[in-house]
Amino acid sequence: MAQPLTFVLSVPETPEDHGPEPSPYDESEVHDSFYQLIQEQSQWVAEEGLELQQREPGPPETPGSGHQTLLGPEDPLVHSTATLRILASMPSRTIGRSRGAIISQYYNRTVRLRRRVSRPELRGVGRSARPSLRLYDLELDPVALEEEEKRFLLVKELQGLPVAQRDHVLRGMPLGLAEKRSLREESRTLTRKRRGRRGRRGLLPCCGRLRDACVLVGATCLGGARAARRGPRAQASPLPPLPPQALHSLGLGLLSGLHALMPWRYALKRIGGQFGSSVLSYFLFLKTLLAFNALLLLPLLAFLVGVQAAFPPPASPGAVPAFTGLELLTGAGRFTHTVMYYGYYSNTTLNQPCVPPLDGGQCSREADGLPYNMPLAYLFTVGVAFFITCITLVYSMSHSFGESYRVGSTAGVHAVTVFCSWDHKVTQKRASRVQHDNIRTHLKELLAEWQLRQVPRSLCGRLRQVAVLGLVWLLCLGTALGCTVAVYAFSELMIKSPVSTEQEGALLALPTVVCVLNLGAPYLYRCLAALERHDSPVLEVYVAICRNLILKMVILGILCYHWLGRRVGVLKEQCWENFVGQELYRLMVLDFIFVLLDTLFGELVWRLISEKKLKREKPEFDIAGNVLELIYGQTLTWLGVLFSPLLPAIQIIKLLCLFYIKKTSLMANCQAPRRPWLASHMSTVFVSLLCFPSFLGAAVFLCYAVWQVRPSSTCGPFRTLDTMYEAGKVWVRRLEQAGPSVSWVPWIHRYLVENTFPVYLVSALLLAVIYLNIQVVKGQRRVMYLLKEQISNEGEDKIFLINKLHSVYERKERRAGRTQEAEQLAGDLDTW
Amino acid sequence: MGNKQTVFTHEQLEAYQDCTFFTRKEIMRLFYRYQDLAPQLVPLDYTSCPDVKVPYELISSMPELKDNPFRQRIAQVFSEDGDGHMTLDNFLDMFSVMSEMAPRDLKAYYAFKIYDFNNDGYICAWDLEQTVTKLTRGELSAEEVSLVCEKVLDEADGDHDGRLSLEDFQNMILRAPDFLSTFHIRI
Repeated sequence: MAQPLTFVLSVPETPEDHGPEPSPYDESEVHDSFYQLIQEQSQWVAEEGLELQQREPGPPETPGSGHQTLLGPEDPLVHSTATLRILASMPSRTIGRSRGAIISQYYNRTVRLRRRVSRPELRGVGRSARPSLRLYDLELDPVALEEEEKRFLLVKELQGLPVAQRDHVLRGMPLGLAEKRSLREESRTLTRKRRGRRGRRGLLPCCGRLRDACVLVGATCLGGARAARRGPRAQASPLPPLPPQALHSLGLGLLSGLHALMPWRYALKRIGGQFGSSVLSYFLFLKTLLAFNALLLLPLLAFLVGVQAAFPPPASPGAVPAFTGLELLTGAGRFTHTVMYYGYYSNTTLNQPCVPPLDGGQCSREADGLPYNMPLAYLFTVGVAFFITCITLVYSMSHSFGESYRVGSTAGVHAVTVFCSWDHKVTQKRASRVQHDNIRTHLKELLAEWQLRQVPRSLCGRLRQVAVLGLVWLLCLGTALGCTVAVYAFSELMIKSPVSTEQEGALLALPTVVCVLNLGAPYLYRCLAALERHDSPVLEVYVAICRNLILKMVILGILCYHWLGRRVGVLKEQCWENFVGQELYRLMVLDFIFVLLDTLFGELVWRLISEKKLKREKPEFDIAGNVLELIYGQTLTWLGVLFSPLLPAIQIIKLLCLFYIKKTSLMANCQAPRRPWLASHMSTVFVSLLCFPSFLGAAVFLCYAVWQVRPSSTCGPFRTLDTMYEAGKVWVRRLEQAGPSVSWVPWIHRYLVENTFPVYLVSALLLAVIYLNIQVVKGQRRVMYLLKEQISNEGEDKIFLINKLHSVYERKERRAGRTQEAEQLAGDLDTW
Repeated sequence: MGNKQTVFTHEQLEAYQDCTFFTRKEIMRLFYRYQDLAPQLVPLDYTSCPDVKVPYELISSMPELKDNPFRQRIAQVFSEDGDGHMTLDNFLDMFSVMSEMAPRDLKAYYAFKIYDFNNDGYICAWDLEQTVTKLTRGELSAEEVSLVCEKVLDEADGDHDGRLSLEDFQNMILRAPDFLSTFHIRI
C-alpha cells in the first residue's frame, strides 16, 4: 500500500550504549557519518536556538511561489525543524530542482561524451530504456563546487565538443532558454565565429537535422578512429563501437526528412485537434505510405521510364487505338503500348555505339553516350527499389517496435492513464469535452474492475463462451473460404470466355467482384462480432483486424495463382505480363472507386440515417478498417511494380485524393472513437502488418515471377530468355569473358549466389544472433527485478533513518523542555 | 531564406535555432503568434532584447491552450517567476519542449514539474488528487479520486515513501509508449 511504513523503535536512551556486540541500532558503530551529522546538527540547533515555525502541509497560498515548502510524508508525525533542514538537503530532493544540480549532471554527461567513454554500465544498457538522469552519476562531491565553478566546467566541456553535438546536448538540457543561450555564447570560441557559415541553414528543415545527424555519426567515427590510432594503451577495449544513438539519429533524420517534405501540416493539426491522436495515426500512416511510394518511384523513373521514353522502341505494327475514356478504368487500349507497361520496354542495349560499316558510311544515329543494357537495368532497378523499400520498412518497424513495447509495460495502467492519457493536441472545446468523458469512463472502468474482483464465470458459462467464439471464427473462416472459391470460379469463367477487344468493359468484371467481396465481407464480420463478447475492447480490434487480413490475403493469393499459374499458360502467344499489369491497374482503380462509394454510403448516408431516424450519435471513424484498406492498396502496388513500373505513381495520386476525401468525410460525418486506443501500439501493428504479410508476400511473388516463370516471347525486355533472372546470368558470363579485372563479380555470383551453402550459413548466423538477443533481454529483465527490490529496500532504509532522526530530536526537545519546566517550577517554588 | 526580417539580429535567430527544436521559419512564426497575443505590449523589434512579459490571461486564451486543463501549470512551469507571465524566451521554450522533436527525458522532466502542483519536488497524494480532478473535471466522487491516487502510488512508487520522485515518474514514463505522442502540442 502507499502509506509509509511506521516503525516502533526501541531506541536506547543514548546512542552511546554499547552492547556485547554492535546492534543495528548503534549508530556510532554502523554509520559513522550519520552519527557525526546528528551530533553536529543537534549541537548547532542547541547553540542557535532557532525559532522556525512549522509550516502546515498543504498547498501554498499563491500559485507558483518561488520557495519550496517542506512537506513530510503523509503521516501524523510532525518533524522538527532540524530534521526538516537535514531532509531538505538530501541529494534526492535537490536533484532536478536546483540549477546547480542540473549543470553538474550535464557536465558529467558532456565529459563522458567528449572522452568517448565506452557504454554505461549494465544499469544503463538497453536501447529501449533511456537511463534516467540519475544514472549519469550526480557528483556527490565531498568538495562541493560552487555553482559558478560547475558552470565554468560545463562551458569548457561544451567547447570541446563538435558543433552538432554541442547543439544536441544544449537542446536536450532542461534549463531555461535564456540560460541555454548564454551557455552557447560562452562556449563559442572566437575561431568558430565565421561570417556566413550558415548561409543555407534552415532552408529545408529536413536537411538541417539530417546534416546534424550525419555530423554526429561522422564525429563518432572519427573519434573512434582517433582513439584506435592512439594505441591500445589509451583505451581498454579496441575500437569502440559506434554508439547506437548516432546511427539511430541518422535513421531518424532520414525518416523525419522524408516526412518533412510532405505537406499538410495545418490539416493534420486540425484533425489532431478535433479527433485526437488515434484518428491522427491513420493519416500519419497514409503520409508514411506516400513516402514509401515516392521512394519506390524515384529509381524507377530515373532508370527505367525516363530512359525508355528518351529512346522509344520501334513502333509496334498495327494501328494505335484511339483514346476512349474506358482506358482510365481498364488500363488497356491506348495505354497498352506505353511506358506504363512491361511490354513496351526493349530487350536490346540502348544507345549502343554503332560500328561504322566497312564501306565508310556513317552511323545512322549520334551515339555518344553510354550503352544502356535495358534488360539488366530493368532487373536491377526493380531489385534495388525493392531492397531499399525493404530496408526502410524494417528500420521503421523496428524503431516503432522499440518505442512501443517495453519490458514490463503491462503493469501500471492507472499511473499511465492519469499521467499519459491527456492528449495535449486536442484543441477544440467539444473534442476536449469528449476526452474528459473518455478518461473519466476509463478510470471508472479500471476502478470497477479492481473493486468487483470479477466473479469467476461458471463452467457452463465459460464453455458457452468458448463455443460461441469457436462458431464465430468458423463462420468467418468459412466466409473467407467462400469468397476465395467465388473468386476462383469467376476467374476460371473469365478464362473460358475470352474477351475480345471491343468488349473491354467486360475486363472489369473480375476486379469488381473482388472489390465487392472485399468491402462486403468486413460488414458481415462486424455483425458476427456483435455475437461474441470480449472482455477487452482492444482485443476486439485485434481480432477484427486479423479476420479482415486473412480474407484479403487469401483473395490476393488466389489471384496471384490465377495470374502466374493459369494466365501464363492461356496467353501463350500474347503478352501475359501486360495483362497482369493491367489487371493490377484495374484492381487499384476499382478499389479506389469502391472506397469512395463506401465513404459516401458508410459514413455520410449512415450519419444521416442515424441522426434523423435512429437518433443516435454520429458514426465512429473505423480506424482499423481504413488502415487495412491502405495496406491492401499498397500490396497491390508492390505486386504490380515488376509488370507496370508507373504503378507507384498511380498509387501516389490515389493516396493524395484519399487524404482529402477522408479528411472531408471525417470532419463532416464522424466522431472520434470512444474506446481507449493505444495509438502507439496500433502504429506498430500497422507497420508490422505492412512489412509481414504485405511486403513479404509481394517479395515472394516477385521472386517467383523472376526466377521460375517463363517471360513471354513477344514483348518486354526478357523476351528471348528462359527466365527473367537469366539476364543477370548472361551478363555475368559476359563479365567472365571480359577479363581478370572484374573476375570477382562472377566469382561472387558462382560461389555466394548460386551456391546454397552461404544461405544456410547466413540463416544459422541470424538464428544465433536472435537467440543471443533473447537471452540478453531475459537477463535485463532479471536485473530490473533486482533493482526494483533494491529501490524498495532503500526506501525503507530512508524512512527508518528519518524516523530515527526525528526520535533523536524529539528526545532532545523533551529533555530541554523538562529542564525548562524544572527550572520554572524551581523558580515558582522560590517565589512562594 | 534570406535575412529579410528585422525582428531579430542574425545572431539572435541563430541562437534560438541552436537552442530549441525549431527552424528559423518556425521561430518567426512563433514570434508572430506571440506578438498577436498582445500587439501593444510586444514590440516588433527584439534586437535590443526588451524585457516584455505577456500576462498569463492572454497566454491561456491561445487556442492551443484554452481547453487544456493543465494550462495554468504549464504556463507556471515555463514562466520565469512561476507566475504564468511569459517572456518570448519562455514562450519559445514551452513550445519547443512540447514539440515533436523533444526527447523523452526532457518531456518527462517538465511533465513532472507540471504535475507537481505544490513545487516541492515530489508528486504527493495531494498533487495526484489535483491532477485527477482536473483530468475528469471534478466528475468523479471524492472516494473514487482517492482510490485512483492510491492505485497510482501503488504502481509507480518505487521506494514506498508515499510520493513519486522524479525517478519514479521517469520509470513510469518509460513504460508508457504513448507519452511522446500525447505530451505534444502542435503549433
